[in-house]
Amino acid sequence: MHPLLTRERAANIPERPTSRLGLYLLSWAPITAILTYLMAKPAGLGWWNATLVVVPLCLIYAFVCLSAWYSCKAAPIQTTPPKRLFVTHTVAAVLVSLLWVEVAKLIAYLLSQVHAFQGLDQKFAPQAPLLFAAGFMLYSLAVASHYVILEIEQSRAAQARALESSVFARDAELKALKAQINPHFLFNSLNSISALTSIDAARARDMCILLADFLRMTLGLGEKELVPLREELELLQRFLAIEKVRLGERLHVDVHVEAQAQTCMLPPLLLQPLVENAIIHGIANLPAGGTVRLSAECSGGQLHLSVENSADPDAPPPRKGGRGLTNVRQRLEARYGKEASMKTTAEEELFRVSISLPAGMADAPAQPSESELAPAKEVRL
Amino acid sequence: MPAQSKIRALLVDDEDLARHVLRELLKSHPEVEIAGECANGFEAVKAVAEQRPNLIFLDVQMPKLTGFDVLELIGTEIPVIFVTAYDQHAMRAFEVHAVDYLLKPVGRERFEAALTRARERVAEKKPMPAELAAAARPPQQFLERVVIRDGTRVTLIPVSKLDYAEAQDDYVALASHGAKHLKQQTIASLEAALDPARFVRIHRSYIVNFERVARIEPYGKDSRLAILTDGTRLPVSRAGYARLKSLLDDRV
Repeated sequence: MHPLLTRERAANIPERPTSRLGLYLLSWAPITAILTYLMAKPAGLGWWNATLVVVPLCLIYAFVCLSAWYSCKAAPIQTTPPKRLFVTHTVAAVLVSLLWVEVAKLIAYLLSQVHAFQGLDQKFAPQAPLLFAAGFMLYSLAVASHYVILEIEQSRAAQARALESSVFARDAELKALKAQINPHFLFNSLNSISALTSIDAARARDMCILLADFLRMTLGLGEKELVPLREELELLQRFLAIEKVRLGERLHVDVHVEAQAQTCMLPPLLLQPLVENAIIHGIANLPAGGTVRLSAECSGGQLHLSVENSADPDAPPPRKGGRGLTNVRQRLEARYGKEASMKTTAEEELFRVSISLPAGMADAPAQPSESELAPAKEVRL
Repeated sequence: MPAQSKIRALLVDDEDLARHVLRELLKSHPEVEIAGECANGFEAVKAVAEQRPNLIFLDVQMPKLTGFDVLELIGTEIPVIFVTAYDQHAMRAFEVHAVDYLLKPVGRERFEAALTRARERVAEKKPMPAELAAAARPPQQFLERVVIRDGTRVTLIPVSKLDYAEAQDDYVALASHGAKHLKQQTIASLEAALDPARFVRIHRSYIVNFERVARIEPYGKDSRLAILTDGTRLPVSRAGYARLKSLLDDRV
């Protein structure tokens, strides 16, 4: 069915089909007027006669012209050879126009049966060529308009598809990045466990449990949109404990989190890559080690987070395009736009990443957030 | 067993626990004596000079000096068994150059195999491939700092602090903050490792840090001088001038 006649509405067009059809028919009013004038004056039929013939005639033709939609769809403009395009539509125009002229003659004949319009059919007969020409032109115009409409529809659909696929790709990428576990970290931890088995079996077991908890939490948190800071901190606590076993005295950790900030919501695994960076690019590069400082506070409706680490002054300038930082920046931008900000500061022996984002609290306090918390702690491997 | 076949091994890893694993695995090999343990590359370079080990277990990821930096500094005579947790580029380089390596966590079986091969290498005095470090660098990544050894002392020069390099026979003299450091390397191989967007070979014997060039002055017929920000004057050949110009055009 022609889109004007269906109840299904095209994307983003809130109008109802009936009103669109009305609009279309309204556009035929000037055409009807012109044709009436041509029949009335130059052809000398008189206003009354002309109106009675032309109005029903145009009303019929308005619907006939919609049939161009089918031939346009059947012969797409990009793929059909121009010759065939021309022949198809010319033949259709000629046939439709001839038919129209016959209908006009029929109307004139029927009217002439009424006493008041006697002889109208004879008066009308010489006007057949004019009507044919008008019919031919109108139908051609309809074909052209339909091609334009189809083209617009197609490009709009293509746009929608492109947008959809880019959103999808971004989503997938974020998901993949969120669930990313650094293989280096994993293998090093396993090596530490393997060493501990003969030195201190109990510590080896503790480390296994820490690692298992960390992996579970990473997988669990990655599936959520937002988590309370408290949960992210629990994950970081495991992560840092594992790194502490590996790096020993070289790693010092200093965590300062305001009680109020604990319940603020943030995208999961936002801080984890930053803390991991602080260790890989900061502490692990210092033979004597250093400190990772983590702080969080709430003020002015914003949650301010900062991850700070000792850095090697001789190390190459901090990785601006580093994957961890880029990932965090993108995620903040995607979720909060201009409401969140991220800043990196590189001083001689210090590297700091500061983030501030809208301090949303858990949607419904206490009860639901507690029950939401429970499944995250369950095994989901 | 003759005295020469005794192996003196050096264990280099920044993690205490990782060294412990190696120590434990070596326990069942009385013919291998642990010459020393090092927690970073600096200690390793020093220990190599002082202890003269004939086998090194070398961790790849270490603070400041990586395992590859250590290899570059100590030369290629001593067989090395690399130990790494996960590094795709390094692993590929090891495969390409048929160098033995162990993956963490290190298992007994794999360890024994590596040790057997190393023993053969020690007996044959087979040198390590010199191109290994370059092959292990991820593609498209240029040198970020130059490592230089002077006896047992190691100096690191971040490339941003390198003013220019001058070829001197088999060595290059690296100028940084008014001091010059000699390193055994050809100027061509240094040029290849440096980022061509930051360093230009202005002369057969000179590579200059583009950011240090203050101006270019004509000097005699066909040749020019580059005046650096600290006043140093370096000769610029015709080809060198063309390279400088094209880099300048790229930047504008």
